[in-house]
Order: sequence, then structure tokens, then C-alpha cells
Amino acid sequence: MLLYAVKRLLYVLPVALGVSIVCFLLVHLAPGDPLTSILPIDATAQQQQEMRIAYGFDKPLPLQYGIWLWKVLHGDLGRSIATGRPVAIEVANAVGNSLILASIATLIGFGFGTFFGFVAGYFRNSLLDRLASVISILGVSVPNYWLGMVMVIVFSALLGWLPSTGAGPNGSAHWRPDLEHLRFILLPALTMSAIPMGIISRTVRALVADILDQDFVQALRAKGMREGAVFRHVVRNAAPTALAVMGLQLGYLLGGSILIETVFAWPGTGFLLNTAIFQRDLPLLQGTILVLAFFFVALNLIVDVLQSALDPRIQRG
Amino acid sequence: MSGAIVEVNDLTVDFRAGRGTIRAVCGVDLSLQPGETVALLGESGSGKSVTLRAMMRLLPKSSRIGGRVRVDDRDVLALSAAELTAYRGRTVSMIFQDPGLAFDPVYRVGDQIAETVIRHEGCSRAAARQRGLELFERVRIPSPGRRLDNFPHEMSGGMRQRAMIALALACRPKVLLADEPTTALDATVQIQVLLLLRELQREFGLAIVFVTHDIGVAVEIADRIAVMYAGRIVESGSCAAVINTASHPYTKGLLASRGHARMGKNDRLKAIPGSPPDLSAPPPGCAFGPRCESFVESCADQVPPSVAIEVGHEARCIRLLA
Repeated sequence: MLLYAVKRLLYVLPVALGVSIVCFLLVHLAPGDPLTSILPIDATAQQQQEMRIAYGFDKPLPLQYGIWLWKVLHGDLGRSIATGRPVAIEVANAVGNSLILASIATLIGFGFGTFFGFVAGYFRNSLLDRLASVISILGVSVPNYWLGMVMVIVFSALLGWLPSTGAGPNGSAHWRPDLEHLRFILLPALTMSAIPMGIISRTVRALVADILDQDFVQALRAKGMREGAVFRHVVRNAAPTALAVMGLQLGYLLGGSILIETVFAWPGTGFLLNTAIFQRDLPLLQGTILVLAFFFVALNLIVDVLQSALDPRIQRG
Repeated sequence: MSGAIVEVNDLTVDFRAGRGTIRAVCGVDLSLQPGETVALLGESGSGKSVTLRAMMRLLPKSSRIGGRVRVDDRDVLALSAAELTAYRGRTVSMIFQDPGLAFDPVYRVGDQIAETVIRHEGCSRAAARQRGLELFERVRIPSPGRRLDNFPHEMSGGMRQRAMIALALACRPKVLLADEPTTALDATVQIQVLLLLRELQREFGLAIVFVTHDIGVAVEIADRIAVMYAGRIVESGSCAAVINTASHPYTKGLLASRGHARMGKNDRLKAIPGSPPDLSAPPPGCAFGPRCESFVESCADQVPPSVAIEVGHEARCIRLLA
């Protein structure tokens, strides 16, 4: 088990290196000069050249990459061109906010998703099953930014129950686990949980249906196990796949929340990416993408290791 | 018959399917003394496995069981849900065709045996594990202590079936229901498992209902054979009687369709023509009629009654009435 974890950890190295190269190059492939947006329109060619040298854009690409990577390895992601603040701090803040939003959304989605999935799988083709199917299909199909706007209209504008934008009172940019901040996270988290809820519920339904049809469930009943014990076996069999799906969903939420974070003005990575793109803030963009990419790599690692720990049939060699 | 451990009378099983119902078992009678083995012999869809599962009420909700099933002086069909789970695995246990599918793949085999013992006897984990160890030794699994910690996929097919037998016998049941337990195994392993079952049966005084489609296996294991066709027992008797003086045309057909040692390369196996009837619309009278070589018109009039050929040997064929 430990050996597998170490091995799997080693596989991460080449992937991480590749990811960093892609991150670096992608930004350089995009058209547009980042300096034009911060320099005054009437800047002279010499001023432009000076800025270029200051930000290191005059050196050849491989060298730029080398310098960038070296700094990244030391935790220095450069400074944002727009704000002048260190990218690492900006990204760390945003990651914190996104992480908390994505985690709560995943938990909500996983909770409801597994519940609906188990109910639907256990009572296949019943009214309950159809109801759960409708809910999960709606969850997957409804565009979440639209759902977000509807949530805002209903719960903020019409009912006035919950705040519509921001992470906390008075434009707080840091989320804290208190009641006041909880009110702010509820709407974006619920909106965000719709898709994972739908996907997890469909997955769990199929899993449970498949497991219940297997011979060993009949064998469990044949040896006199009560329904509760049979249920425990079903859960244990469904867990590895359900957890894997949940992990992937968490990954998607961490990176794919630009729309929702923009709708709710949630100061997370999506919001930050959006800002960085529109301001052509190259270091900020690179830093954010890199951190997000590493999140996926780490998440896959964790899911793989967890899965092999839960399901003995998955190779540990 | 008094003293019988298993007494099944006029057992019927219906399945709801679409608009109609399918009668998979129609009027099966079966009686076993303690320590006796009966083989239910028949082809796929003859109702043998359904009969077996009905004795444990292990059938889907869409089924309805009729008739009378008494096991160890209890009316199985009248048991409450709680009584039923206490009965399963304790009084009667079952072994399955494919042991690779009958174990939960994500639990250790030893734990799966232990949970059964704990369920029925409420003993400690350590005692349950000890029982598992003894059973593994009893079914001759090499290095039993280590094997208890195996996951099912880490065992070979033969070993898994031994482990399954150990699991089935964990709570000292009185009746063992075996659903083609050797079909998925290699021929050599098959023999070993059959010998083991016979040995354990003597030791535990088990009554065994052994479902199979293989006459050779049935002869090997059973005291009596009951041949099933289209949900009915068409012939039953001691092994010797059924094999040597087969009286129902279906049994004769089954015997004729087997290969034997004196066969040459170009000799053809004699197959029974046609295929088993559609149980949602069975033929009138004798269900075997349409495939029977000696079919006469009166065969379609009524379901043939059971005719005694000699003591303990019966068959359902109207030509025996004469």
C-alpha cells in the first residue's frame, strides 16, 4: 500500500513538469502584449523596452521559462502587472475562497446525490426512482449560471433572505466559518452543487442497481444477513467509485467555477482568472492556471490512492 | 413421512412478467430425511433452481410461492421477515454455482464467514474467526490462517468453492441447498468438491438438495434423483432405479444423450429434439408431449399423474398407467 502510494507520487513528477511547461507556453501563445494595458497610450518605444526588460519579456522563451520555473519552485509566482501585489498571495487567497466554496458545494452535491442515488437504485422503476431521476437530470442539464441568477432573483431580490454577492459582509475578501459568512456562501454553493449532485446521483443509482443484481447480494441474504448488513455491503462496494466521482467533481468545481464565481462575485480562482484574462495580467494568469493544474494532479493522486485502499482488486503494484 | 427434515408439498412458484404470469414451478413434492441427498436434475428453465430458492424464499418480489414448505418442523412460507433471516444460514444454507460471484469482492473471505457466525450465534469476533479457521481446515484449504485473510479474487475457483462450503456450514445447518456448485469448476476440481461434500454430509448429518444438469454429478452425490421438466418432477427414485430403469421418456432421452466410453469418433450423441416449452403458454397435458418420441393424442388431455413403478420410484407418463 505504502509502496503504491510512493510509486504513484513519483509518477506525479513528470506530469507536473509537463503541466508547468504547458501553463507557461499557453499564455505566451495568446495574442496581445500585457504591457500595453498598463503603459500609458503615449508611452515611447524606449519606455516599452524598459518595461519589457523589467518584466523579463526580452529574453528568449526557454530562458524565461527557466527563470519562471526556478522562481515558482521557490514559491515566487511573480507580481501581478495590474495590482503589483505578489501573485502567490493573490492566488492563495483566491484558492482558499474557491476551495471552501467547492468543498461545501461538493459536500452538498455528494450528500444529496448519494441519497437520491441510493433511493433510486434500491427502488428501481418506482415513483421515487423517477422523481430522483428528474431531479438529477435537471441538476446536470440546467446551465448553472442561469440557475445562479434565478437563485439570486428568488432568494435575494424577491425574498431578501440571503445576500447575492461577495464572500462576506462589507466586501470581505476572506471567508470565515461563522454564521454571517455562511449566509454568503449558501447561494453560490447550492448553485454549484447542482451538477455534482446530478452526476453523483446517476452514478450511484447505476452502481447500486448493478450491485444489487450481483450474486453476492443474494448470497448475503441466503446466509441470513439482515437488510441493514446487506446495505453496509452495498455501500462498501459502491464507495470506491462514488468517491472517485466525487473527487473528480471537486476538481471540476475548483477549476470550472468561473461563471458561478462571476455571477456571485465570489473572490475565488474563477473570478481571479476572469480578471487576469481581461486585464492581460500574464503572471497572474500563469500563476492561477499553474496552481489549478496542480490541484487536478494532486486530486487524481489522492483519488487513486484512496481508491486502491478501498477496493482491494485495484492493482497496488 | 414423519421424521423428514424437508417436506415440500405441491410447491408452485409464479412470476409476474409483463401482463401475464409464468408458472416456473407447478406442484413439486419433495421429502428428505436427515442425512439424505436428493439431486434435482433438469435442463435450464426446468424450475430446479427456482424450487431450491423457494425453499429459502430467496426469490424476487415479483414471484408468488404457493403450496407447503416445511423444514425442520417449521412452515417456511409463514415465517416473518425476522424469522426468515434467522432461518436462512442457520437451519438451511446455500452454496452457489459461481463462488467467484457469491462472495462480496471487497471483504476478506474470513470476515465474510465471521459475520455469518456472529449474526447467528452472537459470539465474539475472535471466536468467529476461530470457527472460520476450523472450517477452512475441515474443507482442506492449505495454510488456512493465511487464506482467511484473502480477498475472494486472490483464491482459485476450487478454493473459493471450498471456502463457500465452509461459509455454508459455518452455523451447522441441517439442510444444504446446492445450486450447481460444481458447474463452474474444472472436471478434476469438480470431483474433489463432490467428494468433500459427501464426506461433510456424513459428518454433519446434512440433508442436501443438489441441483444439477449433469447426470454424472447427480449419480456421484445423490441417494435419490428427481428429474424436473417444465416445473414438474417427471420422475423420481433412487439413483439406481432412475438410471437403470428409466421410465419417463424425458429421462430416457437425457440418458441417451450422454457420451460413453465405447463411443467411436463418428458416433453422434443422441439429442432430444425441440426445446423446452414456453412456460407462459405451456402445452396442454404432458409438457414433454411435443418433444416425445412416443407421443399419443391422449397425452395432451391431462397432466399425467405420478405412477409408482416400484416402491420409491415414480414417473409421470400415461403410458405407465396401462
